[in-house]
Amino acid sequence: MSNQEQYQQVFMECFGVEADVLGDNFTYQCVPAWDSVGHMGMIAALEDTFGIMMETDDIVDFSSYTKGMELLGKYGVTF
Amino acid sequence: MTVDDYLAELAQWLEIPPFALAAGDKTPRLAGALARLTQHHRRHCPAYARLLDIFGDDATAAAGLADIPFLPVRLFKEYELASVAPDQVFKTMTSSGTSGQAVSRIFLDRATAAGQSKVLARLMAELIGRQRLPMLIVDAPGVLRDRQRFSARGAAILGFSLFGRDLTYALDDDLQPDLPAIEAFLTRHAGAPILVFGFTFLIWQHLYLGLRARGRRLALDNALLLHGGGWKKLQEQAVGNAEFKAGLKAQTGIERVVNYYGMVEQTGSIYLECPAGHLHASLFSDVLIRNPADFSVLPAGQSGLIETLSVLPFSYPGHALLTEDLGVLLGEDDCPCGWRGKYFTVTGRAPSAELRGCSDVRASHE
Repeated sequence: MSNQEQYQQVFMECFGVEADVLGDNFTYQCVPAWDSVGHMGMIAALEDTFGIMMETDDIVDFSSYTKGMELLGKYGVTF
Repeated sequence: MTVDDYLAELAQWLEIPPFALAAGDKTPRLAGALARLTQHHRRHCPAYARLLDIFGDDATAAAGLADIPFLPVRLFKEYELASVAPDQVFKTMTSSGTSGQAVSRIFLDRATAAGQSKVLARLMAELIGRQRLPMLIVDAPGVLRDRQRFSARGAAILGFSLFGRDLTYALDDDLQPDLPAIEAFLTRHAGAPILVFGFTFLIWQHLYLGLRARGRRLALDNALLLHGGGWKKLQEQAVGNAEFKAGLKAQTGIERVVNYYGMVEQTGSIYLECPAGHLHASLFSDVLIRNPADFSVLPAGQSGLIETLSVLPFSYPGHALLTEDLGVLLGEDDCPCGWRGKYFTVTGRAPSAELRGCSDVRASHE
């Protein structure tokens, strides 16, 4: 699976959504599942998937599906 | 002050080491920021503006920290105070009310919530660096189960979980030590630095006493234990900071035990205990000790009500709060630990803290 597919997969599994909603408008708290508990679960799933460890500031700044892809670039995960 | 001004100023402050500025540099800077927040809240929170009018505050005259008008923290239990439009409220925090007590409601916009996380991260970096550490949470997993409405305990755990990874709960849902979970966690992270986080009372009553009753000792020698939430329940058992540290060291090997003082009404800008055992104000916060009789500011060494100041509250008028905690200022800029700023100790709760609202008047006349 490509990085893009794996990234999408994590969002779909963590938040129980379909691929077609994932885009610029998919932001923190846009669905009930993406609350602060869901956020930490999603971060842990991304870390496991890509074998990375994110810094605290990046977890705070991870405000949307699209922003997340930009932040993962810092850890060598490119799309 | 716009939200962009607020965020830009905070970004500048985050570049400065949080325990490095002496009073001459810090105080004018802090007083200026707090005076701007007073103006912002006066303009955007009508209830706050009315309160200032009643108190006869002339905001333009605010020169020093003691001149910043403060609100009794209990006002947030009785009124909904916000300085942003309802559609800007992104999260509502509630305090832990013990049975029958009203809870505080604190309205956060995105900017204030992000500021809280960033300031907390900056302060935590002073303790553990920028890396996230394997984290043992001294609580039961059930504390976060009701996601619609978890307690202040749950909210604090979530806030601090930003600094951890492999989050593991040390207690089961009956609040007994979950030894299989703890042992597996310790095996996964043998020899690595570990962050242990929890509430003072739970750590003592359920982890420490639970381990002692079972005759078990944990190998947490590489851990830093961060704990908060108050000493009230432990004071009833005559357990103070020294006994707490000695007990934990005996049963878990933990040598670095750091208490913090903070409240949901000023999340983020917490006060951390230094190696000398004193709570410290950071760049983002300060304390004043006020005489409960006339609210005058007391000098070091005298016990009074703790007023907490924070540069973070933008979406609600909580930048200067008179708490119901008693404390003593110990000094400023000269703590043996080397951190600058005021340092203090919390000695207990004000005796009248059980009374609320109109009933205060009645009780005082009976």
